[in-house]
Amino acid sequence: MRPAASPFAARSAAALADARLQRALADVPGGFVAARARVKAALPEFDALRRAGRDIKDHALAHLDLYLEEFERNAIAAGSKVHWAATASDACDIVLGICRAAGARLMTKSKSMVSEEIGLNARLEAAALKVVETDLGEYVIQIRGETPSHLIAPAIHLGPADIAEDFRRRHDHLPQNRDMSSPAVLVAEARAILRPKFLAADVGITGANLLVAKTGSAIIVTNEGNADLTLTLPRVHIVLASIEKVVPTLDDAWTLLRLLARSGTGQEFTAYTTLVTGPRRPGDPDGPEECHVVLVDNGRSELLGSGLREVLRCIRCGACMNHCPVYCSVGGHAYGSIYAGPIGAVLSPALLGPHAAGELAQASTFCGRCESVCPVEIPLVGLMRRWREVSFAEGSAGWNKALLRAWAFLARRPRLYHLAARVGATLLGGLARGRGAFSRLPFAQAWTRYRDLPAPQGGTFQAQWARRQRREAP
Amino acid sequence: MTSQSQRPRVGLFVTCLVDILRPSVGFAAVRLLEAAGCDVVVPLQTCCGQPAYNSGDRDTARALALQTIAAFEGFDYVVAPSGSCAAMLKVHYPRLLAGDAEASPRARAFAERVYELVSFLVDVRKLEAVPGTFSGRVTYHDGCSGLRELGIKRQPRELLERLKGAELVEMAETETCCGFGGLFCVKYPDISNAMVSKKTANVTAVEPELLLAGELGCLLNIAGKLAREGSRVSCRHVAEVLAGETAEPPIAHAASDA
Repeated sequence: MRPAASPFAARSAAALADARLQRALADVPGGFVAARARVKAALPEFDALRRAGRDIKDHALAHLDLYLEEFERNAIAAGSKVHWAATASDACDIVLGICRAAGARLMTKSKSMVSEEIGLNARLEAAALKVVETDLGEYVIQIRGETPSHLIAPAIHLGPADIAEDFRRRHDHLPQNRDMSSPAVLVAEARAILRPKFLAADVGITGANLLVAKTGSAIIVTNEGNADLTLTLPRVHIVLASIEKVVPTLDDAWTLLRLLARSGTGQEFTAYTTLVTGPRRPGDPDGPEECHVVLVDNGRSELLGSGLREVLRCIRCGACMNHCPVYCSVGGHAYGSIYAGPIGAVLSPALLGPHAAGELAQASTFCGRCESVCPVEIPLVGLMRRWREVSFAEGSAGWNKALLRAWAFLARRPRLYHLAARVGATLLGGLARGRGAFSRLPFAQAWTRYRDLPAPQGGTFQAQWARRQRREAP
Repeated sequence: MTSQSQRPRVGLFVTCLVDILRPSVGFAAVRLLEAAGCDVVVPLQTCCGQPAYNSGDRDTARALALQTIAAFEGFDYVVAPSGSCAAMLKVHYPRLLAGDAEASPRARAFAERVYELVSFLVDVRKLEAVPGTFSGRVTYHDGCSGLRELGIKRQPRELLERLKGAELVEMAETETCCGFGGLFCVKYPDISNAMVSKKTANVTAVEPELLLAGELGCLLNIAGKLAREGSRVSCRHVAEVLAGETAEPPIAHAASDA
């Protein structure tokens, strides 16, 4: 009998059986992974840059209160309004309040993970406000009613054929028999749909990749230019940023941006890198009349004071996902959280609670490839292990825990352990009856369902070694 | 001082999997260490504590760390034929015991003497000639812990270059995890299977006669999958081939089809 599957295991099994998803995921090693390897090879100081990035983030986090206040002062001086949101709900209320005060009906929005985290779109729509995602991937998942499955490629779980199907269904004012055979055609269609939205929007909402304390600026990067249209055309611009995005200076920001593009997409720099420092100034040809910055905490202050602080270094590049063999097998949605992969396994239990998401930290082989590519050297394996310690302490580890306890009892008693090991190895060796492996074994079905279990050679090394020493003794 | 007394005394940390499943790897390790001019001792030992540590049971891991450090007191070196067990001893013991004023310096001094077998032979003992021979194509799988925690990549390949008759062919994605991951493979068998299937496809693509690795956990997983697929590729711990300890059939093979 197979034990009842956990939610993660059940979603993973479905993901593994989804041929379309598997085709989409198969492109990750040849895409993002190969591109990162190329740009890394072209930059001999890449690992030194990673250490510099780590140190910048550690310094900013160690003095986060000071840099946030400095950011606030300078943002206000530049004409922005700064709002502090302790919780997800507070952040949604603040955005909703700004939209209402502006008399807004239509909002455009560029990609923002924190907006996904706080459930902003659902809140705006519940208040009868219309919000349109303008990042192509985000637009696709918005019309599908899905959440992103990757930090920087939210629709990575889909292929062009899936998107063509969605566009045909959704854009029903266009001829049904139009050609949708190439990605370029799909991009052109999305552009034609989105252009009037950009022009009609009352409020533009963006995230921020970084906040710069010294200048009060938000830095927003994209490869599509959609953030620039989102933040320059409407009358009101709202920047939504979690508090750990702040760094001291522009120089610090450049270091992190050099790491971000290389680690994420394997580019040397993103196609569009925009600094926003307040609303339109007198004499500016364009830009919004109002600029609001909403600083979102949502559990981060607590993380700052915990043993998980290092997770706040994350710059959301997605390299840990691209290089994770588990993520690349099951995709992002299996994680049941908008933060998937290794970073999600650390961050999601902190945001959703260990009972809701603690299992994600179990779903890793601890191969460590994630932390070897992390641009800010987050010790992801060690942080996942911390969540396992929480699960173990709370006894939520189930029958595994009982087995582990029995094994620990033996391992702490060397002579008893050896007796048990000898008996076990001899019995199993005998049971194999000269075969090299078991194709089925009642208590090892999780193993033998998919592969043979190599049989023991018979007897333990330590017993054989002791016999040999006795024989050779003078 | 006689030349005999200048031979370093090496305590062999044999590892649970080798002890219980494949003692021939232990004997191969002994032969290689002796070929590298070491005296080998096998003190009474159990497990390094890695399963407890990675399951979140720090107390058991700490107790086993102290037990292991005590068992290996007084050796010049402690050597293990496994990257993950060696990394547990060398990298994680000092972290586990960092908060213990008495045990912490002991753990650090212990860690300095710990090596994974192949890197010890190459980096410390500068082993030139290996006793084994093998004629045919071999490919090498990098175990994750050895590769990323101990930086073992070049050393096994250097020794394989010196293995008479062997032709080393590299497979694609040799640094990608095989899906073993200790308890991971039985907690998430479906995902583990997806991972090991990609691995065996990469192995099969370069058509080796033999797959080698320095990590018995990975080998059980990959050999078990290759056997289920009916593959002709056989698998051994790299120490067996380097030492010429190949009387036992390859992993997951019966004596009759060796």
